[in-house]
Amino acid sequence: MGKVLDHLQHIKPELGPATRPEKNRHWRLARDENDIAWLVLDRHDSSANTLSESVLKELDERLDLIDNEKPKALVIRSAKSSAFVAGADITEFRGLADGGKVEEQLNLGHAIFDRIEKFSFPTITVVHGYALGGGFELALATDYRVAIEGASFGFPEVRLGLHPGLGGTFRLTELIDPVEAMTMMLTGSNAHTKKAKKLGIADLVVEERHLKNAINAIVDGKIAKQEPGLKSSAFILSPARSFAARQMRAKTAERASQDHYPAPYALIDLWEEHHGDREKMQRGEIKSFAKLLTSQTAQNLIRVFFLREKLKNIGDGEHGISHVHVIGAGAMGGEIAAWCAVRGFRVSLGDVKNAPIGEALKEAKALCNDQHLSGTETRDALDRLIPDPQGHGIAQADLVIEAVPEKPELKREIYKAIEPRMKATAILATNTSSLELPELATALKNPARFAGVHFFNPVSKMQLVEIVYHDKTEKNVLERLNAFTGSISRLPAPVKSYPGFLVNRALMPYLMEALMLLDEGHEKVVIDRTAEQFGMPMGPIELADQVGLDICLHVAESLKGNLEKPMPEIPDWLRKKVEKGELGRKTGQGFYKWSDGKVQKEDVPDLAKAPDDMLDRLILPMLDACVECLRKGIVEDTDVIDGAMIFATGFAPFRGGPMNYARDRGVDEIRNKISELRNKHGPRFEPDRGWSGLNGKDS
Amino acid sequence: MTKASTFPNRQGSDSNNRKVYLVDGARTPFLKARGGPGPFTPVDLAVQCGRPLLMRQPFSRDAFDQVILGCVNVIADEMNPSRVAALRLGMGDAMVAFTVQINCGSGMQSIDTAYKYIRQGESDLILAGGAEALSHAPLVMREEAVEWYAGLARAKGPLDTAKQMSGLRPEFFKPVIGLERGLTDPITELNMGQTAEVLAHHFDISREDADQYAVESQHRLATAQEQGWLEGEVEPAFDRDGNVYEKDDGVRPDSSVAKLSELNPVFEKPYGKVTAGNSSQITDGACWVILASEDAVQKHGLEPLAEIRDSEWAGLDPSIMGLGPVMCTTPMMQRNGLAKKDIDLWELNEAFAAQVLACLAAWQDKEFCKNVLGLDKTFGKIGRDRLNVDGGAISLGHPVGTSGSRIVLHLANAMKRLKKKRGIATECIGGGLAGAMLLEVV
Repeated sequence: MGKVLDHLQHIKPELGPATRPEKNRHWRLARDENDIAWLVLDRHDSSANTLSESVLKELDERLDLIDNEKPKALVIRSAKSSAFVAGADITEFRGLADGGKVEEQLNLGHAIFDRIEKFSFPTITVVHGYALGGGFELALATDYRVAIEGASFGFPEVRLGLHPGLGGTFRLTELIDPVEAMTMMLTGSNAHTKKAKKLGIADLVVEERHLKNAINAIVDGKIAKQEPGLKSSAFILSPARSFAARQMRAKTAERASQDHYPAPYALIDLWEEHHGDREKMQRGEIKSFAKLLTSQTAQNLIRVFFLREKLKNIGDGEHGISHVHVIGAGAMGGEIAAWCAVRGFRVSLGDVKNAPIGEALKEAKALCNDQHLSGTETRDALDRLIPDPQGHGIAQADLVIEAVPEKPELKREIYKAIEPRMKATAILATNTSSLELPELATALKNPARFAGVHFFNPVSKMQLVEIVYHDKTEKNVLERLNAFTGSISRLPAPVKSYPGFLVNRALMPYLMEALMLLDEGHEKVVIDRTAEQFGMPMGPIELADQVGLDICLHVAESLKGNLEKPMPEIPDWLRKKVEKGELGRKTGQGFYKWSDGKVQKEDVPDLAKAPDDMLDRLILPMLDACVECLRKGIVEDTDVIDGAMIFATGFAPFRGGPMNYARDRGVDEIRNKISELRNKHGPRFEPDRGWSGLNGKDS
Repeated sequence: MTKASTFPNRQGSDSNNRKVYLVDGARTPFLKARGGPGPFTPVDLAVQCGRPLLMRQPFSRDAFDQVILGCVNVIADEMNPSRVAALRLGMGDAMVAFTVQINCGSGMQSIDTAYKYIRQGESDLILAGGAEALSHAPLVMREEAVEWYAGLARAKGPLDTAKQMSGLRPEFFKPVIGLERGLTDPITELNMGQTAEVLAHHFDISREDADQYAVESQHRLATAQEQGWLEGEVEPAFDRDGNVYEKDDGVRPDSSVAKLSELNPVFEKPYGKVTAGNSSQITDGACWVILASEDAVQKHGLEPLAEIRDSEWAGLDPSIMGLGPVMCTTPMMQRNGLAKKDIDLWELNEAFAAQVLACLAAWQDKEFCKNVLGLDKTFGKIGRDRLNVDGGAISLGHPVGTSGSRIVLHLANAMKRLKKKRGIATECIGGGLAGAMLLEVV
């Protein structure tokens, strides 16, 4: 951005007369020349607006004043430049166990929103950025919603194992097509400006510069109020609701089972029973929300929320990187390059051949599409992604990411060739998933600037990046890489170089044990379903296919012999499969058949065929490896382990991560169970020494 | 007609002239139009070759003082393509950028403008070039159709609209091809190919000579591609569908006089001599060069390819526009005290084989040299070994706004490769103009 625009960007948004912060106050209140009251939220203790207990309490006080003075209209908006309101203050959700107390709190909140709804003068919410959860519910309590271009509305509660709890369940289903409303609440997906207007959530969409005129137009009665649609009343009939509810349950079941994720089902029940009866719906919402919030599922998912925040915070800071050079335009290198370009970096992409670079550009275009980039945004992202067969970008880059095949000799040769061309301040990072850093660093004159950035496949879906350091990596390099990872909207997990780092170290015993089970004659669908029932996003056999059997074999081989513990034997037939080119998803045939990137599972699993210890045989070695990494200081703490495993492998989020699961189930019990498995299946099961240190240790 | 005595002496007297260097340049492969719009717009092309060029420089991309781009067929989505390209290349929003147009000379006009800014001391570092996507030339609506649409837009009420609708005629939907109009001189109503026919007639250029010349052009480009002589000058272009364009794709290495002789004339049937085989190709492509002052060279530690010593423009009747190179080159050489032997390499843009050969013939024609150029004796024969040594527009195409940049860049690169001292790049311009630049290796 140039300096002129940079300067002008600091111009404040339209806040009416409420332009000044009030000391130790969350809300500002002032009246403009047209007798319109402006109630502006600006949490004094946070850079983002959330609805904490104190924010709601102060809101109630301000409403007293407004009630007394009876302005011509009330405008509610946020003074924070980024957004309206992010939702409830989730820190206040942690560790809640008393449902009755939660209900009391909710009743207070409901009373406040009901009060706004009943004001006799027009009430208007102005939304810029996002209005999520409680923020959206506050907006729904006013008569009008004005969206500033770029605004989005949504109920992400379902991701925390909840549903809306401050009136969203009935206000949104009353306002718009209930099926659309339910879909938003069940999936947690946002309605962006255009969609919000189309659905009837936003009455008006304007640019910031026209806001004042737009508000005057509303107050002057020139804008028709969004009326509840016909569809809302159509569902007053309970057979219609039952039919729709059945469909919703079926759709929800495709993504989340009721055992693991009760919230969406509770929401559907609530709506099916009470739609059209505001009072019952309101009481039902409060009861159901309180019950969900105090459940283990919600508390674990709230934990996951904070794990994400923790990793995000690791990614805060300055990285000083504007140009990234990626060496190797294979599937990973290409996607890393495209992702960085989409996120605003200038990226040069080198390869010894032009064709893979072309292929990567094609994929980059598809990525832009998936990320809902507009035509000009796509053009700009693709302009930033510079094909660079000659490697000119190496001399310009602040970060060089090497993503060539996993051959140590090749990597070292490349490092030797590029190091003299790189800027003195530039970082060299490898995307290796199985090679240890010290072994690669020998090729470098300055190993202090060398580290690993281990992305997971596909980069656009897997949020985690392992930031791998070795003894010689400079601290500042590590911090810059963490910050860079944050700036491309990924979550950094700092990990010391170790065979398999953290994630693959933990995952491999799980995959290999699954192969042992196959070898013993168990059906692959039974093995997979057992893991899925536990809450894994896909079973280990399918995961092996997805990752690629060649890569699994490579990682397994590189781990073997480098660890203190024996790994399950790598079966010969796996090598043969790889030799035959049956590599899994990418070749259309692995353990399963794949077509169009989708697995073809023909057999219906009969879980009765699974031996009692199948699940433990799969999951416990994974936990054990995590404990080993913790004991050896590969990762800082259990939070990083849980976060990394959830955001890199999808480890059952409602269980709060592997370490949280171990704590919930009991550390002693798990250690004993592993010992039992050793006695039965051999020395590959041997509880790590680290288990004994875990008891009573808090995260 | 112009006489020698009237040639102005534009440069010689000014001793404060700063030196201007051509330090680097790159172009896209030239892509033959194959019916329908090609994969790139003019600005896309400029971005494709601009990115690698800028990335291989030791200075940052906002270090330029300005950007000047030649482009004839600007598309509606890219008004002032120079500025659009500068922004898309990430050169910063403070980058001044403008587009120049002098028809087929636009790519040289941009370099000449940059040259003069730097020579006069107003700029130190300029990105100059040309971009053209002839395959994107628009279909133009017939004037009557435009009037009909306008009437429809003005119509008030359903009745009036219905009345206007009834005026619709089928021929409204038969568009005029913009490119065809663009390649026709509006003063003389002669198509460019016809002006080549006129010259062929005046200077007795035979069909066989023209075809022979065209075959050589093809073979020379094929050899240059094979030998890797264009590496660094031609940067591969990548489209969004994953296709990679690595080299000029209009080349026909197996071209022969026998094959060319089978082609029918395209502009003046049935007796004409100018065929698709001995004319330049309709092509998309872009090219950039970086011009720098002595100060900029020092400051950024650049290694100039060549120094731009002089430039010249000339005009003559549009019906014989192809002779323009003779008219601008001769006085430029005179004022620099240069004879034919002093020019080691020539890039004389191959609009048409007959047109290039007519220029050569004019310089060997005693009467022409005496009466038109004011020379005491004939200028003489420019050897084929010095002329368009790596092919030209006949083999690699003529994206009109780009060719001027290409021949200047290629002249500098070819002189370096062949260890030559001095060269001239010159081109004829539709409408009866021509431009020339004098380069010396540093």
